[in-house]
Order: sequence, then C-alpha cells, then structure tokens
Amino acid sequence: MTYNRRTFLGSAALTAGLLAAPMVRAQGKPRVVVIGGGAGGATAARYIAKDSEGAIDVTLVEPTRTYYTCFFSNLYLGGYRDMQSLGHSYGTLAADYGINVVHDWAVGVDRDAKTVTLAGGASLPYDRLILSPGIDFIDGAVEGWDLSSQNAMPHAYKGGSQTELLKAQIMAMPQGGTYAMVAPPNPYRCPPGPYERISMVAHTLKEVNPTAKILIADPKEKFSKQGLFEEGWNDHYAGMIERVGPDFGGADVSVDPTAMTLSIDGDVNNVDVCNVIPAMKAGRIAEIAGITEGNWAPVNAADMSSKMDANIHVLGDAAAQGDMPKSGFSANSQAKVCANAVRGALTGSTVFPARFANTCWSLINTEDGVKVGATYEATEEKIAKVDGFISQTGESDDLRAATYQESVGWYDGIVADMFG
Amino acid sequence: MWQRVFLMVLLCAAGTSWAEVGGDAENGEALFRQCRGCHQVGEGARDRIGPHLNNIFDRPAGAAEDYRYSEGMQRAASGGLIWTYDTLDDFIENPRRLVSKTRMSFRGFDDQKDRDDLLAYLRQFSASPGNIPEAAPTAAAVDHEVAPEVLAIIGDPAYGEYLSGECTSCHQASGATDGIPAITNWPAEDFVVVMHAYKDGVRAHPVMQMMAGRLSNEEIAALAAYFENIE
Repeated sequence: MTYNRRTFLGSAALTAGLLAAPMVRAQGKPRVVVIGGGAGGATAARYIAKDSEGAIDVTLVEPTRTYYTCFFSNLYLGGYRDMQSLGHSYGTLAADYGINVVHDWAVGVDRDAKTVTLAGGASLPYDRLILSPGIDFIDGAVEGWDLSSQNAMPHAYKGGSQTELLKAQIMAMPQGGTYAMVAPPNPYRCPPGPYERISMVAHTLKEVNPTAKILIADPKEKFSKQGLFEEGWNDHYAGMIERVGPDFGGADVSVDPTAMTLSIDGDVNNVDVCNVIPAMKAGRIAEIAGITEGNWAPVNAADMSSKMDANIHVLGDAAAQGDMPKSGFSANSQAKVCANAVRGALTGSTVFPARFANTCWSLINTEDGVKVGATYEATEEKIAKVDGFISQTGESDDLRAATYQESVGWYDGIVADMFG
Repeated sequence: MWQRVFLMVLLCAAGTSWAEVGGDAENGEALFRQCRGCHQVGEGARDRIGPHLNNIFDRPAGAAEDYRYSEGMQRAASGGLIWTYDTLDDFIENPRRLVSKTRMSFRGFDDQKDRDDLLAYLRQFSASPGNIPEAAPTAAAVDHEVAPEVLAIIGDPAYGEYLSGECTSCHQASGATDGIPAITNWPAEDFVVVMHAYKDGVRAHPVMQMMAGRLSNEEIAALAAYFENIE
C-alpha cells in the first residue's frame, strides 16, 4: 500500500512546515508526533499513516538514520547474523507512507502547549504524542559503572555500535580469558536476552577460545526460560559457564573499568570482558515529559494512554502496563492497539477492543531455538495475561531447528511490519 | 501394489523423460500427506491454499486456472518455467531456491529418494485424464471438521484488517515466506478450517494454538475475509 503524499525530510523542511502549522491546524488535519523509531514507534507511525490514508499528519522523531535492532543482536555475537542484516532505514516510511521522518533528538515536551522541542531547536505541535523511547540506565545501579564507562565495559543493550564493541572485545580475549556479565534486576528489556547472550558468547568462544570462562553475576533468583537455558548450557557448553545468584552475592557487585575487575560479594575477579547490563528505566524523554512514576510510565491498557496525560501514549519498554514483558514483539503489538485508538480519537474511525500478544524466541546453539509466548487483554487495571506457553526441555532436534527457522521468519515479519 | 504395476505400464507406454520416474508411489502417497494441507490432486481436485496438481507434469508454471499465484511464481512463469521431472525435483527440494518469493511454505525434501517417491505418486495424476483414478480427491485441504454454520459466517474484512495486526508481527502481509508461512490469498474456507484446527488443538503449533485459541468464530471469519483478498 502506498500513498503519494508530501514528505518532509530534514529539519529545514520541517521548519517550513512549522511556519505553516496554524493554517494546517485550521484546516483540521490532526497531528500525531511519534518519538522513537523502534518496534513501538515505527509500527505506530506506519499503522496510523497507512490506515488514516492521509487524514492524519504523522511525524516520526528518531535520532538515527539507520536503526539497528536490539532483537537478534545476540545472534550477531554468536556469528549467525552480520550487523548489516540488523540495520533498517526509514526510507519506505517516508516515501511510501508519507510520514515526516525527522532525524533529531526530542529534548522537551510542553504538555500544556502540546509541543515537542527538538535538539535542533524546532518545535513540533501535536494533537496526540506517542512516546516509544525504549530504555535508559539507572545511574549508580552498578557501583563503579556509569555511562562514561560504556566503552571499557559495554552494556550492548541498545543495538548497533555497542553490540559491535562487545563482539570486538570478545574476539580479542586472551586464550583462557574470562568474559563476565553483570545481569540486570527486574524489570528490564528482553527477559531472556542476557541468557541468550551468554549462549551466543559461549558458542563463539567455544570456536575461537575453547578454554575461556564465562562468569555471570546475577541479582535475580530465577530468570526467563531458565530450565531451557541451563539444559542447553550443560549440553553444549559444559564447564564453561558459572552463574553467581543472589544467594552467593550476585546482587552485591561493583566494577572497576580501569583495572578491569568485577567484585562479587567482596571477591575481586580479574576479567577480560565485562558486559555490564545495569538496572533500567524508561527512556529519558518520558521522564522529561513528566509522565513517569518511579522508573516507568504508567499507562491505561485499553489504548496505551498515559495515566497522567490523556494526549500522550507510551509504548514498549518505557511503559508500565502490567503483565507483558518488555520486548520488541510487545512494543509492536501495543503499537497497533494504540494506533487504532489514536486514529479513532482523531478521525472518528472505528475503535476495536485492545488485544495483545508476545512471543520471544531465543537461540541456544546452532539450530537450537526455544520460545515463550502469551496473549494478553486490557483490564481496567492493567494489561493482563490470558494464556501462554513455553518450549519444553528435551525437545527433538527437528523441533528446535524449526523453532529457530521460525524466529528467522519472525524477524523478517516484524521488521516488515515496522518499516514497511 | 496396483499403483506400481500401473506405473510400469505407463512407463513402457511413454518412454519420454518421465520414464525415469523410478520412485515408490506408495511411499510418495504417504509423503504427500505433508502437502495436502494445501494441495489437492486426483479426481475433482480444486485449487485451495495451493493450486491443484492434476496434470502438473509438462504444465507451464503458474497455469492453474483461477489460482492466484504469488508474484514470484508469476515471474517464473513469464520466464518460461515448465514443470518437468527435473524442475519439479528442484522445486520440492527447496521451493524458494527455484522460485524466490513463492508463497509455498515448505522447506523441501532433502532426500532424493523422497522426492523420487513423491514425484512417482504425482506422476499418476498427469499425462492423460485416464490416469486419474476414480476415487475421491485425496486431499480435501481440510484436516479438520468445522460445523457448516461456522463455515457459513461471513466475515467483516474491516475487523479482519484490525485483527490482522496480531498476525503480521510474524506473517508478512506481502506474502513473503521464510521460516513463517504465508497466509495471504487463501480461500476463506481453508483459512477458517485451519484456524479452527489450531483452536481445537488438532494442529500442534503452540503459538498458533494460543493465537487462535482466543479468536471467536466471527473473528476467524473476519481474518479469513481480510486475508483472502489482501493485495
């Protein structure tokens, strides 16, 4: 589906658009501004533009010109994907869907005037604002680590250059060296993500550095798909991986990025790579907009609207919505509910009842894929789980291979759904 | 057993390239169970999720009347692809290698013997109408019974379009297929039957059982109506 509509690209064109803004509003064409071009924001922008067929002016604000997905970035660490295959441009959203794609940072939200300020100075008026800013890290969450340490001790929990850096460090480890991970406390983006990463790092090390060790300091008692991962680690990477849970000090850690040490419960470990995944919070613009409570932005399940401002919707990782895990799949699912509701509010189109779903695939070893998923519904209180399933331990090789193939198909499916 | 005898007669009679069809048609019939969710062959066979396979040998690609082929298959057809033993053998080994962007959601038979057997089975339904056995169609594309009143529900495509958002997180609206099957342009009845097969636990896939499990009869009909005519 393509529409031939005007397309604004770049801030010069944008400024011109702003000068004409009052006239545009007088003509009654409602404006939606979407901040964040990931699984939530890109999907919401695309669905609103596609389904309103030009009746709504959609602007998508995203700093990067090429978006590298965080989902599947572990497969890059494992050597199953190259970085290029994870990169996506916004060209189709601009050209075929008439979305005004603005590559800039959103730095302010004036909720009374209903405008968004960009780092470049422009101000974007909105009738509805959709925030899908992903995650940021909580300062001081891991003693000794802050963002200025991310080159020495990468988080690699946002796609792109951090992922490449972590891979380069893994490949540069001395034979028999130690890769350490500081795992995050709940709630965080992609619950199985750290453990899929351990699997992928182990897979790579087994090939290039078979005497290397992997050390995980984990503040959580339990983690997502634990039985499946532990079975896989025993089968494929026996003796390589040590996980220190909270019983043995996994929550009591500090790091020294200069000395390259990780201390667990006072024991100092010299490590060669230290992948620090700190505690997380909503992307900063949510806090700036003043719609967070604690670390996240609470929303109404029926339309993903903020509990603090009916004209703002929050999608994906940043939202406190109830039972859904923070995942790209969840954000994509929430975006479609939100798009339908926003379109209904602005143009009077039919609003269908909210329904949500999520599935998360993880790769443990070559052709050894597992998955977990659930469906959800909107209640007064929250997004509530309806039904779910998880892969079983001891599944056949054929089933695991099919699950992996399915995950590859899902990747192609969701990026087509996001970027057109 | 009669099938093999029958085949021998054919082989002697014809002597063209398909004379090399040396597979075990009985085993081919068993293998065809993997195909018949989508394809019918035999007397009365119709186009369903996939085109019917009567007279597939020596048929030009993309030639089943009224079947809506993928763009990929249309391109292959205009490029002159003819279904011979060799091209069919290539195709069922890895459909997307021969015809990129086919909607056929099948990974392929790796084993040459499996392919020989399957083609030996299919060969019986080609070449002349007399070859088609006087039996019921082998492959009602239905693998599940759905009550007539449920099949009779006329779905609302607008509602289906909204609901399709749940599908397109994985299944591509373009009909592209790689790891996740295409679900575009299926006959609505087949779509409904398949979804109820998941809903009722007859088909095994856990994600699909979960997704179909909470769809009402009307919602399934709406999705079927939307995907049947998606561009």
